[in-house]
Amino acid sequence: MSTSVKRRTVLRGVFGGATIGVGLPFLDCFLNTNGTALASTGASLPVCFGTWLQSMGFNPGRWVPDKVGPGFENNVELKVFDSYRSRMNIFSGMRYFLDGRPHVTHVAGPQIASTGGLYAAGQGVNDSRGESGPSVDAVIADRIGPRTRFRSLEVCLTGTQKTWSRRSGSVINTSEGSPAALYARIFGPNFRDPNAADFTPDPALMARRSVLSLVAEQRKEFVRTLGASDRVRIDEYFTALRHIEQRLALDLEKPDPITACVQASEAQENMPGPMVENAEKNAKLFGALIAHAVACDQTRVFNVCVDSEDMHKAGSSMTWHMLSHEEPIGPTLGYQQETTWFINWANNVFVEFLNTLDSVKEGSGTVLDRMAVLWQTDHSDARSHSLDNIPVITVGNASGRLKTGMHIPMPGDPVTRVALTMQQALGVPVNAWGERSNETSKTVTEILA
Amino acid sequence: MMGLGRLNTSPLLISAVGVVVVGCAIAGAEIALATDVEKSTSTSKVVTRLLTPEQYGAVIHDIFGPQIRLGGRFDPGLRVNGLLELGTSQVSVSETSMEQYDNMAHTIAAQVVGPDQRRLMISCAPASPSAADDDCAREFLTEAGWLLFRRPMSEAEHDLYVRAAHVAAEDVKDFYQGLGIALAALLESPQFLFRQEISEPVPGRKEEYRLDAFSRASRLSFFLWNAGPDLLLLAATENGELDTPAGLARQVNRMIASPRLKNGVRAFFSDMLQLDGIDRLSKDAVVYPMFSAQVAENAREQTLKTIGDVLVTRGADFREIFTTPKTFLTQTLASIYRVPLPGDMPNGYPDQWKAYEFPEGDPRAGILMHVSFVALHSHPGRSSPTLRGKALREIMLCQKVPVPPGDVNFTLVQDTDSTVYRTARERLAAHANEPMCAGCHKITDPLGLALENFDGAGGYRTTENGAPIDTSGALAGVKFTNGAELGQTVAGSPDAISCVVDRLSSYALGRVVAQDEAAWIAKLKQSFADSSYIFPELMRTIVMSPEFFRGAPPLQEASETTMLTAPLRSNRETQQ
Repeated sequence: MSTSVKRRTVLRGVFGGATIGVGLPFLDCFLNTNGTALASTGASLPVCFGTWLQSMGFNPGRWVPDKVGPGFENNVELKVFDSYRSRMNIFSGMRYFLDGRPHVTHVAGPQIASTGGLYAAGQGVNDSRGESGPSVDAVIADRIGPRTRFRSLEVCLTGTQKTWSRRSGSVINTSEGSPAALYARIFGPNFRDPNAADFTPDPALMARRSVLSLVAEQRKEFVRTLGASDRVRIDEYFTALRHIEQRLALDLEKPDPITACVQASEAQENMPGPMVENAEKNAKLFGALIAHAVACDQTRVFNVCVDSEDMHKAGSSMTWHMLSHEEPIGPTLGYQQETTWFINWANNVFVEFLNTLDSVKEGSGTVLDRMAVLWQTDHSDARSHSLDNIPVITVGNASGRLKTGMHIPMPGDPVTRVALTMQQALGVPVNAWGERSNETSKTVTEILA
Repeated sequence: MMGLGRLNTSPLLISAVGVVVVGCAIAGAEIALATDVEKSTSTSKVVTRLLTPEQYGAVIHDIFGPQIRLGGRFDPGLRVNGLLELGTSQVSVSETSMEQYDNMAHTIAAQVVGPDQRRLMISCAPASPSAADDDCAREFLTEAGWLLFRRPMSEAEHDLYVRAAHVAAEDVKDFYQGLGIALAALLESPQFLFRQEISEPVPGRKEEYRLDAFSRASRLSFFLWNAGPDLLLLAATENGELDTPAGLARQVNRMIASPRLKNGVRAFFSDMLQLDGIDRLSKDAVVYPMFSAQVAENAREQTLKTIGDVLVTRGADFREIFTTPKTFLTQTLASIYRVPLPGDMPNGYPDQWKAYEFPEGDPRAGILMHVSFVALHSHPGRSSPTLRGKALREIMLCQKVPVPPGDVNFTLVQDTDSTVYRTARERLAAHANEPMCAGCHKITDPLGLALENFDGAGGYRTTENGAPIDTSGALAGVKFTNGAELGQTVAGSPDAISCVVDRLSSYALGRVVAQDEAAWIAKLKQSFADSSYIFPELMRTIVMSPEFFRGAPPLQEASETTMLTAPLRSNRETQQ
């Protein structure tokens, strides 16, 4: 039975005026025996992509593995990743290029990491958006996620709306800061459990969809008197409106059963604010919601903003950022002790987040197995605001599309090489990424399967 | 075309009526004076602005009543040239924010058509509550659309939304639910969410354009009241009153005399002073146990109440906002300031606002000493003379402080527990001795150090680590010994005057001011001085200027009459 026929059949009940429940029993035969593919189509479970942007870098000399290629050993600051060593890649030696433009510390790096270049105007993350291309996650989401309820999900561990994800300079994908609000968005009343025995299309949703399509019909008239830049903005608005319409359409369809899909537990509200305790708890709550959202195919792309700079311990007047500049380097240690505590803490939080993704089983594998998670940072050494030797980490093999377990030095190359490779691995038809000296067409072929 | 007489009978509208670089060398470093003058010489630009959260809320509450819950959140704004208002003409709507608009639209619509509200909101009754009724739907949607779009709907728009109500009512077999879905569509439409401005030729003037009457009404209303036009303004638009200088003056006089002017003044200063930052403000609960989200919210309100009192209630000199000892406090806020504020409400009641005046000579005078400034521009666990100095220069004086170099050597540390450098002044002096740091810190720190009587949460103090705090400094050669005197120095600074005029004019136009509007800005500054710096008079001068309503020539491709504007134009022409 094809999906389209089945959906039409279901919806006909509504069109015909009957608002009866359409009993569609859970059919195990829809899935293959190990739950990794849809039996009806034989298609593999979809690949997914995530970003983790954690500012403040690492300490020089404490993260680059000695050995190149496969079989590397994690250096001291990355020891916490040991359980993922065979499922991750470490890239070293790369650079962010400013090409003579002002170096806005802690901002220029993430702009290049996310969009491949500096925004043409404006420098702050939420101060000014300026001209900028889409971020790498938005490009990938267009490729792998257009049929999910959420093209992407963005979260910020400090409870703010800070984000680096954008579709353009005027369309910013703001983060969700509240786990409870994210739960309501994903698993609230509009969530359709794909494994539910009964499915009753909601006629009100049908009506809403019809009416929204009428609103969307006004585009031509509305933009007629607008100048070019306003027209672009209004077109972006209509694109967003269309997406809501498409989501309503999805809500009216009986979803294909997904064995691994289990609705997440309702997330409680957590305290916002850049304290390590809050961020740590948020990471766990958000991680669980994202893992379940991916398992239930509500989204295939996510972005985590750690918002590291103001992070501090309860009772301390010193933030991570302040410590990085003001804490003396320990004469015996050779590094800043308290600052390093934060680096280790953030790495631990990321590993815990990975553990959460890896805990959701799909057949013999886990949700993480069909993901590529791209970890990036703003500076290699926050203390000196260095833009050289930038560390990048990827975790997961995207259902076998990426090779893992390697340390790949790329001295002097733009950081954008990794983002380009992620796009290509996930099926985006692109052969170059980035602007000015950050532009590259060199794929990291070593990791392409 | 609908008539106002019909509109006036609507409970919906009765409800609406009822609610009712120049480089300047400072201490050896260059700072740029961030003027809001655009390099472009073109003034022929009208902008399409997205409603701000406050404007969205004001329009909804004016039309449907203050009891309506919005039920969603808004994206943070984009600050351009110091103002979120300028960002509203550059941002669009992401899928995430559209999701929120969708939720809010249905939350609001469900309340409006719900059993509790529908008798008040909907003047007609359907023939059957379980079926579509186009006549009743048209009546309601005509009225709602008129107010939500801030102009009459075109016939095509009428038909579209009536059809929406019809389709929805048939689907759900419920007239009111169907009407609610159509109302939600109005609330998600671009005509409501964006303030589109339409231009028209100036009668009798070749190649000169102005905003059409409804666009002018919206501009006036959002600028002066931060809300949509009320019925009287819409009537003045409809009957041509706004087309005459005398008619415009009558409306402006009425609007400036209205209590709602305070909303407009608050909105501007909330934007200019960047008080939206309070939404994201958090302090370490261990270091500052008295600080809370409630304190932060009160702090914002304290500043806006104080400004409203000085500028609107008392109609005093604008510069007084930097010096006034008069303010408003709650008991919660008073505890931060460490002043007694006797309460006369039983325990458990919300804080009450009370007027409070600091004694003469007290350093806690003017908005620079408010928690909304000193706590907002501090670190989570300690004060920051640098952040405060930077904010003062950039926000109050429209100066641009250069970004720090990327490779600063921070070996001279600021250890708050240091027994050698006990106060912030001593630690900063040690840090700023580094030649590469000195340039920026000499710009920011002297101003910020004058506010060191306030800790990172705004708490008043006279010592730090047991050492007395030295709050002396100088701005452009004028010396001061404490924060209050700093406020007087800022009040006496021509940059402070210039800054507020630049910001307000940009705010009014929704864009940066163009080069050929520089003469207008100069006139505004002179006029402000001539009025003894009475802020509402500055607003009046702006709205009475032709520049405020200047339009743009039609686009080549839009020269044909569009469905959207045709009925409005023909209506206006018949009335002239």
